[in-house]
Amino acid sequence: MTDIPSENAMISVRDLRVSFGSGAELVHAVDGVSFNVQPGETYGLVGESGCGKSTILRALCGLNPNWSGDVTIGGEAMTPVRTRSFYRRVQMVFQDPYGSLHPRHTVNTTLTEPLKIHGIGDADERITRVLVQVGLGPAFRYRYPHQLSGGQRQRLAIARALILEPQVLLLDEPTSALDVSVQAEILNLLVDLRERLGLTCILVSHDLAVVAHMCDRLGVMNAGKMLEELPVSALEDDSPSHPYTRQLLAASLGYDRRLASTAVEDIEG
Amino acid sequence: MNQTPQLLVEDLHVRFRTPQRMVHAVRGVSFSVGREKVGIVGESGSGKSQTGRAILKLTPPNGTVSAKRLQFQELDIAGASEREMLKVRGSRISMIMQDPKYALDPVMRVGAQIAEAIPESPRTSAAEKRDKVMAMLEAVHIRNPARVHDLYPHEVSGGMGQRIMIAMMLMADPDLLIADEPTSALDVTVRMQVLAILDDLVTRRGLGLIFISHDLNLVATFCDRVLIMYAGRIVEECAAADLQNAKHPYTRGLLASLPRIGSRHQKLAVLNRDPAWLND
Repeated sequence: MTDIPSENAMISVRDLRVSFGSGAELVHAVDGVSFNVQPGETYGLVGESGCGKSTILRALCGLNPNWSGDVTIGGEAMTPVRTRSFYRRVQMVFQDPYGSLHPRHTVNTTLTEPLKIHGIGDADERITRVLVQVGLGPAFRYRYPHQLSGGQRQRLAIARALILEPQVLLLDEPTSALDVSVQAEILNLLVDLRERLGLTCILVSHDLAVVAHMCDRLGVMNAGKMLEELPVSALEDDSPSHPYTRQLLAASLGYDRRLASTAVEDIEG
Repeated sequence: MNQTPQLLVEDLHVRFRTPQRMVHAVRGVSFSVGREKVGIVGESGSGKSQTGRAILKLTPPNGTVSAKRLQFQELDIAGASEREMLKVRGSRISMIMQDPKYALDPVMRVGAQIAEAIPESPRTSAAEKRDKVMAMLEAVHIRNPARVHDLYPHEVSGGMGQRIMIAMMLMADPDLLIADEPTSALDVTVRMQVLAILDDLVTRRGLGLIFISHDLNLVATFCDRVLIMYAGRIVEECAAADLQNAKHPYTRGLLASLPRIGSRHQKLAVLNRDPAWLND
C-alpha cells in the first residue's frame, strides 16, 4: 500500500520538514514526512495533539511558508509563496467553526469574498448552488454566524471552501468541535460531496473512528514523524503492525482497565 | 460495594434568567449516587454540567436552583447556607474541571496549589504539608514528584495538569468526586492513564464518582451506571454494560450516529429529534 507511484498522485509530499523557534528552543514539528494521495482519494492523518498533523496541512495550503522538502499538488511543484490560482484548486476547512467565520460578515459576505478576490462574476448563481450543495439552502444567505448552530456554521465553512470549485479539500479536524449527532450529518455531507465533486481530500483527526469511516488509507504520526502508513482495512482486521497504532486502536474502543495499567506504567514524571 | 447512596437528588430544576427569556436548563432530574461510578452523558446544552454544578451550589448568579430533595449524606444541600457549603466544597465533595489550563492558577507553583487544599489545621508544619503533597503526587502516578512540585502550571503537559488537579481534589479526602469532562482535553493514551487513576480511587478509597461526559463509548466502558440526559431531563438510566441495548430512541440515535472502525462507505444514521422527547 505504501509504494503507490508518486507520478500519478494528486498530492505528493517528499521529506517535508517544518520547524519552529531557533537555537535551544528549536522544535521539529514535522520531521521528514513523505506520503502520496491519489486523485479522488481521502487520506487520513492521525496522531495525538502536537504530533505535527495540522502543521502538515498548514504547510500544504500555504499558511506556513517556512517549510522544506518537495511538495507537488496536481503535478505542480509548490513554492513557499502560492499564486492566486493555487487557491482555486486547494481549499481548507478548519476545526472550529466558531473561530473560522467572521462574526460580522453575513453568509453572503463570507461567500462573496473569495469570488471577488478571484474575479468570478456569477456570484448569485454560485452562492445559491453552493448553499444547496451543503444542505443549508438559499434562506440562510443573509444570516450572521451567531444565528447559526455549530453544524450549520461548519456547513458554511465547507461552502466557503467549495465555492471556488477546488480539486483538493484539506480538512483539519472538521467535526471535533461538534456533538456526535451533528458530526454524523457533517461526515455524511463530506462523503456525499467528495463523491459528487470528485474531490481529493486529506483528513486530519485525532479520532481513529472518524478516519476509519472516511478514508481508505491513513498515516499514523507521532512527534513529527510518520510512524506507518496503512490501509483502513488493517484497522478493521485489527492488524496494524506498529505498537503505537495498536495502542491508539485499543484506546479508541473505550476504557480497558488491563490496558490502562500498562499505560500507567509508562507515565513519565 | 456499599449500596447506601451518598447523594440523593430528587426533582432538581435549574433555571436561568436571560434578557430575552427564562431558560429551563435542568428540568426535574432525580438520581442517587453510592460508592460507584455514575456517568452522565448528553450533548452540549443537555444540562449535564449544570446538574453537576447545582450539587455543589456553583450555579452562576443568574441561575436559580430548586429541588424536592438534594441530600448529601446527612446534609441537606438544598437548605444549606453558603457558610455550610464552604465546609463541603473541596473537602467532602470535590469537582474536577474540564481543562487544567484554565483551572490551575498560572502564577502559583504546583506544590503550593495542592497544599492549599489541605484542610486548615494550625498544627501542620510546612514540612508536613510538603510530605503530604509529595505523597499525593505519587498517588496520581507522577514519577518525579520533587521536580513537579516546584513547576508552574505552564511547564507541565495536559495529562500531568489533569493529574495535578486530581491530586488537589483528593487532598482533603472527599467522599464524592464530580468530574466534568475530565479527560476530553487529553490525548487518548493519556486519557487511559487518568481514568485508571480515577478507577482505582473509587475501588480503593470507596468514593462516589459522577463522571460527566459526551463520549458514549468511554462512559459505557468506564462507568458502572449511566444516566442519559436530553434537554434537561434524564431520558434513560441503565447499567453501563447494557448501554448498547438502550431503549430510548434518543440514546439509540446517538449510538447509531457514531462512526466506527468498520463503518466505511456506509451512511451514518442521522438523529431525528422527536418533540415528544421533551415531555416524556
